[in-house]
Amino acid sequence: MSSLFQGRVFSNGVSEERKDLLRDVIRSKRFVLVAGILIVLFILPLFAPRFFVYIIALIYVTALLAMSLNMVVGYGGLFQFHHAVFYGVGAYAVALMLTKTSLPMWIGFIVGPIAAAITGLIIGWFCVRLTKLYFGMLQISLGSLIWAIVYRWYSFTGGDDGIHGIHMPAFLSSLNSSYYFILIIFVICLIVMYMILKSPFGNTLQAIRDNSQRCEAVGINVKRYQLLGIVVATFFAGVAGVLFVVLEKSVFAEMLFWVLSLEIFIMCLLGGWFTFAGPILGAAITVALRTFVGRYTEYWTLILGVMLILVIFFLPEGVMGFFQQLLKPGTKEVTERGKG
Amino acid sequence: MLQVEGLIKSFDDFMAVNGANLTVGKGEIVAVIGPNGAGKTTLFNLVTGALKRDKGRIVFKGEDISELPPYEICKKGISRSYQIVNIFPRLTVFENVQVAVFSYQGRSSNLFRPAQGIAVNETKSILESMGLSNKAKSIAGSLSHGDQKILEIAIALGNDPELLILDEPTAGMSPEETQDTMELVKQLANQRGLTILFCEHDMDIVFSVAQSIMVMRHGQTIIQGSLDEVRSNKEVQEAYLGGE
Repeated sequence: MSSLFQGRVFSNGVSEERKDLLRDVIRSKRFVLVAGILIVLFILPLFAPRFFVYIIALIYVTALLAMSLNMVVGYGGLFQFHHAVFYGVGAYAVALMLTKTSLPMWIGFIVGPIAAAITGLIIGWFCVRLTKLYFGMLQISLGSLIWAIVYRWYSFTGGDDGIHGIHMPAFLSSLNSSYYFILIIFVICLIVMYMILKSPFGNTLQAIRDNSQRCEAVGINVKRYQLLGIVVATFFAGVAGVLFVVLEKSVFAEMLFWVLSLEIFIMCLLGGWFTFAGPILGAAITVALRTFVGRYTEYWTLILGVMLILVIFFLPEGVMGFFQQLLKPGTKEVTERGKG
Repeated sequence: MLQVEGLIKSFDDFMAVNGANLTVGKGEIVAVIGPNGAGKTTLFNLVTGALKRDKGRIVFKGEDISELPPYEICKKGISRSYQIVNIFPRLTVFENVQVAVFSYQGRSSNLFRPAQGIAVNETKSILESMGLSNKAKSIAGSLSHGDQKILEIAIALGNDPELLILDEPTAGMSPEETQDTMELVKQLANQRGLTILFCEHDMDIVFSVAQSIMVMRHGQTIIQGSLDEVRSNKEVQEAYLGGE
């Protein structure tokens, strides 16, 4: 070991510079890649069929939901088992506002995420008192409580019928305009989430995931930061809920059901816990499977299940994690060398 | 600076710490010795708040800290390292220390500024003083055991402590690494004016580094005193030093 690191010290000046240069090129390449993808996504509605545009928009919404979950699961290490509740709360908040009040639409768009974050604060306040599985179990119970209220309160929420035909202002009435609205909000959310995860708070959250005991010993009030993480994540889940209403113009109680929570959990696992963009990939795979395989058989989850088993066995870091390792062979090498 | 009086902690029926007394003066290097299971680590866990004591008092700078949670005790100026490596394995070496510096500077809840540009100099200087500069970008989990133990101490320094508690800082190290590490600890104590409380199995190290030694057996303090006092104590010789 020591000889290895000594070698590094020796050639430090040159190799470090070269590495930085290389990294800049990779970064700029990545930038070009992202910009290219964005341009394609922006001109997509010009030539793609309507159904395809709709599916891509649905992927944005689902991906935002999965990424908000991954903030607390992948980066925070919390067993956030019932994340769909906050998505549902966000969606119902805006749907109820638009149908029951005459307040302007944009207030609803703000109220949705805030309602989700407040729900996250309340449920999280109880949950952070517990750890690991107990955290998850309590969250499922409290979340299911909210689902039950929405499901049963016919006079207010429409019960299992949900709320349909929500009236949107003119500029969001066509599919293409809602596609652009969703894409823009999605991109803004991605940037903000990225910033948060790269901030001191993001690093602290990851440190808590890695070792909460040690965090307490360096002066971090672990429960408080976990709660803050939950509030931030549920806020973005609420944004996803609002975007769903923009796309579908309806809400239903299944949005708060635990099955959806499990699905988005699987998306994170599939795409890769420890990567930023992994959940987007996971969401895309899941939505595509549900749409295109679900057309032929209702048992499309069977294929999802098999894929999940394969991923767990062969790509434990998820699909995105696997590609990252392929592109950056250095990281793996270091891990192996360090063990030696 | 630190006074521990009549500390008692039991796990079910087992008295892990059963009447421990300890005094650490400002700027001192104090060692706690005792056979395996004497309660040294439990004592450290009690002082840093990781465990709650059953009876007794822990006073730091004139303030009773025995009821405080670990993160509050840390803010009072006590940092610790662990016997078994206890780091953030998925973060880089740099980030490991930086997280502690964020916490010390009260910046952990900063949501929107890139972490890259915050607390960089403080973190760098700690890594430098611990000889970890050239490994700053490595993932902590991939370091060798010896380096991880050094990182242990580096993280503890991130809070700029007044009292540094080291639980067997050289456990599992080779003899040379042990030597280097203890040199480093002595240097730290000098440069930063740190007060150090540590426990260690190697008697040569203890007697070459410590200024005061506290001896524990069956959770109880036998004696605390200078090196000579401890060396000449009959009870200690019987219990621990093998009756030279």
